[in-house]
Amino acid sequence: MSRLFTRRRFLIGGTLGASALTLSGCDLLDQNANVANVLRSAEHLTLKAQRLLQGRDALAREFEEKDISPSFRVNGTSAPDSDEYIELAEGNFSAWRLKIDGLVERPREFSLADLKTLPARTQITRHDCVEGWSAIGKWTGVPLASLLQLTGLKPTAHYVVLHCADELEKTLDGSGRYYESIDLVDAFHPQTILAYQMNGQDLSVGHGAPLRLRVERQLGYKQAKYIMRIELVDSFSGLWGGNGGYWEDRGYEWYAGI
Amino acid sequence: MSANASNDNVEYPRTIFIRRHSVVTRLTHWLNVFCLSFLLLSGLQIFNAHPELYWGHYGANGDPAVLTIGSDDDGGTPSGFVRVARLQIPTTGVLGVSNVDGEPTARAFPSWATVPSFQDLAAGRRWHFFFAWLFVSNGILYLGFSLLSGHFRRDLAPKVHELSPRHLGREVLDHARLRFPGGEKARHYNALQKLTYLAVIVLLLPLMVLTGLTMSPGVDAALPSLVDIFGGRQSARTIHFITASALVIFVIVHVAMVILSGTWNNIRSMITGRYAIQEKGPRS
Repeated sequence: MSRLFTRRRFLIGGTLGASALTLSGCDLLDQNANVANVLRSAEHLTLKAQRLLQGRDALAREFEEKDISPSFRVNGTSAPDSDEYIELAEGNFSAWRLKIDGLVERPREFSLADLKTLPARTQITRHDCVEGWSAIGKWTGVPLASLLQLTGLKPTAHYVVLHCADELEKTLDGSGRYYESIDLVDAFHPQTILAYQMNGQDLSVGHGAPLRLRVERQLGYKQAKYIMRIELVDSFSGLWGGNGGYWEDRGYEWYAGI
Repeated sequence: MSANASNDNVEYPRTIFIRRHSVVTRLTHWLNVFCLSFLLLSGLQIFNAHPELYWGHYGANGDPAVLTIGSDDDGGTPSGFVRVARLQIPTTGVLGVSNVDGEPTARAFPSWATVPSFQDLAAGRRWHFFFAWLFVSNGILYLGFSLLSGHFRRDLAPKVHELSPRHLGREVLDHARLRFPGGEKARHYNALQKLTYLAVIVLLLPLMVLTGLTMSPGVDAALPSLVDIFGGRQSARTIHFITASALVIFVIVHVAMVILSGTWNNIRSMITGRYAIQEKGPRS
């Protein structure tokens, strides 16, 4: 009996001890580069599996007017504070130009008025934040695909990089500047638009005026606000942290479909 | 009068060993323990990024919440609470506010319950999705094996007579009195075990996977009916949390039963497969 008792105590003690070790060990493992690489391998699997399930053109659900959230949380930057942006905003973005360059055949600049003359798409979709919350809004804008058809792509172009006006983290080297990137599958998806209207009104500064990306099959941090320039690249490894986006450089997945 | 003649009628207690769990069951069981531990702890890390649950398609700060784990900071000392609908329960020290490096800090689940221990959503997600893939692969291996080998039919499907209210009632009473089956009856799972394991295997664990997938905007585009089944992404998130809580309760009861009904015998049977049964029979 006493032998059983000590054995039981040993087992329970051992289990508790092991879990405590596991827990503090997790922090150590979390900082180990090899472990990080193994954990990251799941991202590739997720991208492949989702693309297989989706095909190129599966659409994100579109809702009706009555489904729109009563309030839509402003997240990330609420107002870029650079002199350049403030000046643009004061002029109602009439001086703002969207540059499209990089690996394109015909680099172009578009004013907000130019964009508004192009055929527009309106979609009521759910915005999913990586933190877990969701909000439904109505977005109107130009399909990114139609702009890329105007500029043409060089064969080496693989990613669309969106350079933004907001600096989410203040750093000396400017690496706190917001940027994002998507691949051509998402760039040419019918619901991928550059939105200049939200819920029937011009985009507010909080939600990314004058132009923001909607890439509806991915999470909120991919929906770059305050877009100034679109650059086509063959690889994003040379940009800032090399991971393809502001949050990607801070540990988040480049593919944000989950 | 020979000794042998009288001994033939006497039954002697003896211990026999049976093979209780197949190697696949044992392997997948422990891999499952490993995966679910990391999924739970990294899941709580992810929950901490937005410690509020909603119902329906949307939900964010200010929308009506089903559950909130939060903190108040009026008067200098922060206090933690859990709010379910309109009921608010103080939980300072564990939920809402807990110590980080000796300082009371606002965080939904305490650092000892999250992976990593410090606030890091990106890392929590990496752990979570890695182990989610491992968990699903392991689950498919187990389900495939159990269907093909007859494990489900033979060991887990309750017999018709076991489902009578009278039989179930007696098993509940026996469990409550901590009287566990011995001898011949210990060769098989009892009806409560069968029903509980089946509920976990075919209901709770698949529900975890499906509600988890429903939170993914990519999966929702591919399989829109998932969103309809759960009534929205935020409902799916709430069901994910409730189902995880149900699994935690299952594990607590399961481990308690393992300990109470013969700790070492149970654990050995899940490691080596050998399970000891006390029975009476002629001396062999």
